[in-house]
Amino acid sequence: MKEVELKMLERAKELLTSGEVARVIGWKKGDFCHDPSPASFETVEELNDFVYDWFCGANLSKYLIQMSKKEGKTAVFLKPCDTYSFNQLVKEHRIKRENMYVIAVECLGKLDVEKMKAKGASMIEGVDVQDEKVTVHTLYGDQEMEKSEVLLVKCETCNKTHQAKDEEIILHERQPKDVNRLAEVEALEAMTEAERFAFWKEQLSKCIRCNACRNVCPACSCIKCVFDNPASGISAKANDSEFEEQMFHIIRAFHVAGRCTDCGECSRVCPQNIPLHLLNRKFIKDIDTLYGEFQAGETTEGKTPLTSYTEEDTEPNDVFNGEAK
Amino acid sequence: MLKIAKERLNELYAAIAEAQALVLPLKKAGEVNYGAWAEGVEVSLETLKTVKSPKDMFFPQSENMMKFKTEGKNIEIIDVRGEKTPTVLFGVKACDYKAIEVLDKVFLADPVDTYYQSRREATTIVTLACSKPEESCFCKAFGIDATNPMGDVTTWIDEAYLYWQANTEKGESLTAVVSALLQEGGEAEVAAQQEKTTAILEKLPFSNLDLSRFTPENLNELFNDSAWEEMSEACLGCGTCTFVCPTCQCFDIRDFKTNEGVVRYRCWDSCMYSDFTLMAHGNSRTTQMQRFRQRFMHKLVYYPSQNDGLYSCVGCGRCVNKCPQRLNIVKVIKTLGGKKND
Repeated sequence: MKEVELKMLERAKELLTSGEVARVIGWKKGDFCHDPSPASFETVEELNDFVYDWFCGANLSKYLIQMSKKEGKTAVFLKPCDTYSFNQLVKEHRIKRENMYVIAVECLGKLDVEKMKAKGASMIEGVDVQDEKVTVHTLYGDQEMEKSEVLLVKCETCNKTHQAKDEEIILHERQPKDVNRLAEVEALEAMTEAERFAFWKEQLSKCIRCNACRNVCPACSCIKCVFDNPASGISAKANDSEFEEQMFHIIRAFHVAGRCTDCGECSRVCPQNIPLHLLNRKFIKDIDTLYGEFQAGETTEGKTPLTSYTEEDTEPNDVFNGEAK
Repeated sequence: MLKIAKERLNELYAAIAEAQALVLPLKKAGEVNYGAWAEGVEVSLETLKTVKSPKDMFFPQSENMMKFKTEGKNIEIIDVRGEKTPTVLFGVKACDYKAIEVLDKVFLADPVDTYYQSRREATTIVTLACSKPEESCFCKAFGIDATNPMGDVTTWIDEAYLYWQANTEKGESLTAVVSALLQEGGEAEVAAQQEKTTAILEKLPFSNLDLSRFTPENLNELFNDSAWEEMSEACLGCGTCTFVCPTCQCFDIRDFKTNEGVVRYRCWDSCMYSDFTLMAHGNSRTTQMQRFRQRFMHKLVYYPSQNDGLYSCVGCGRCVNKCPQRLNIVKVIKTLGGKKND
């Protein structure tokens, strides 16, 4: 990871020094080894804080909406999953592609410090990753963990590859994972209606309506969300019941259906660890079943299943009645 | 000092819950938050940080304030405040207990917030000392002793026992309710644990944050610091930090029309939200930088300037762990605190 970081840093310096770009979007060191923040760098001096490590899970694509409005070209480091969001935002005219310079960077999966803490690691000072083993260095000694057990949820089933790049920094090829990303959705589908209702009720009742899922979501790119608009009549800061949150989350999942790239940021940022990505994956699975395989964010052009009509399309009534072809 | 064997804690909970409501950290759908005890729930006292703090026991995320009914030209105002159930809030950590003091200064100062007051008065607080603080904890920087959290009753827990010490009249009354379950002893064990924990607290990376620059005299310097732009750049404008914060106290009041008249309710609001401070003329804070600055200036400068220097951050570290972008008050303190005035 260190060699990749050094290469990235070298390129960032070159791009800023030569004036090819006005800024570079990447990650900035935090106070620990596990808390980098997304950041923009405009000078070589600022790059002293640059970092790319096992904890750079945040998707940088959405920042490009605001960067796109700034003067000059913006270089951005994108992991495979981030490029899908990037393409989707270009397609929706939220990012100007010509103002962006995409450097595709390698990603062997990012780690979740909360999962490490749940396994008893406290006072974490650093991590070393060797293939599928993670050594967590703490003040109290080293702790060995399986990498698969401490990956961010979004990385557990990721087989994504870069869909946008102007150049790449990839030193290690990632092996495809033999996993079914829809397995959890299938398990939910196999439940009875009552069981499924109980599952979502328990999960969504934890929601504190902080809107982190919405604000981080690259598909939620409305300039003003209807739920934030006091004049909309549906701005909702309070709920009538503990389960009324379901309305917000289900409406949001509908709203991003067909545009959600499954980047998994919603579940990463949820302070209550609600598996929100499962709602989106259910829509992805249904779209695949009803309209044929489709992955949002693979391209910046072309029609999508829910924004185009053909005579062969499934009738909504058939979907409702469970008779869809 | 009194004590009870850990395997008998369920009996203790049952005895408390017989006479009044008992609220304590419960694990539900994988996360630990405060909730009402009942037979069969999964209590998680060992969890260092509940996701939400216990503040919504006094200041719920949303609550009805009054109802209005109109008939012709008459408006009837219906008071919805009922008698509050006596409640025991159990397992409160030192930081969260200090946070209640911060909230008291807001809600119990003149004019008294009677909604908050009635819940507060009906509650007996049993605190629990920390024995395994972690790297995101920095209560020590605010002069809080995590090993001796006070409250109506203070408790400590180790491998074998829960130790119990009443501090107030309310605490004595609660002790009387459960005295049959408690036995004498534990001073030496508690002292040993306190010593061990204090040594860990010393080693925590944020324990000695320098707060000296955050004074009312430096208000303008801090407000106008150019670093706010950069510090807030990655802020998503979500409300995670404010909603997990034990001292954030802002709320919105709105009316809701129902078939049985109008309900006036209030709910938590966040200074990070774009419609916060929205008034008829528009919004006085138009950028995320201004909203971000407001939150930290309130914690570190405005609140202390009105409350004898008491900061309204207690170093619980929830924002450190939960901010989606890993921005937090520690980064603000380090960035601004390290600077000299221009």
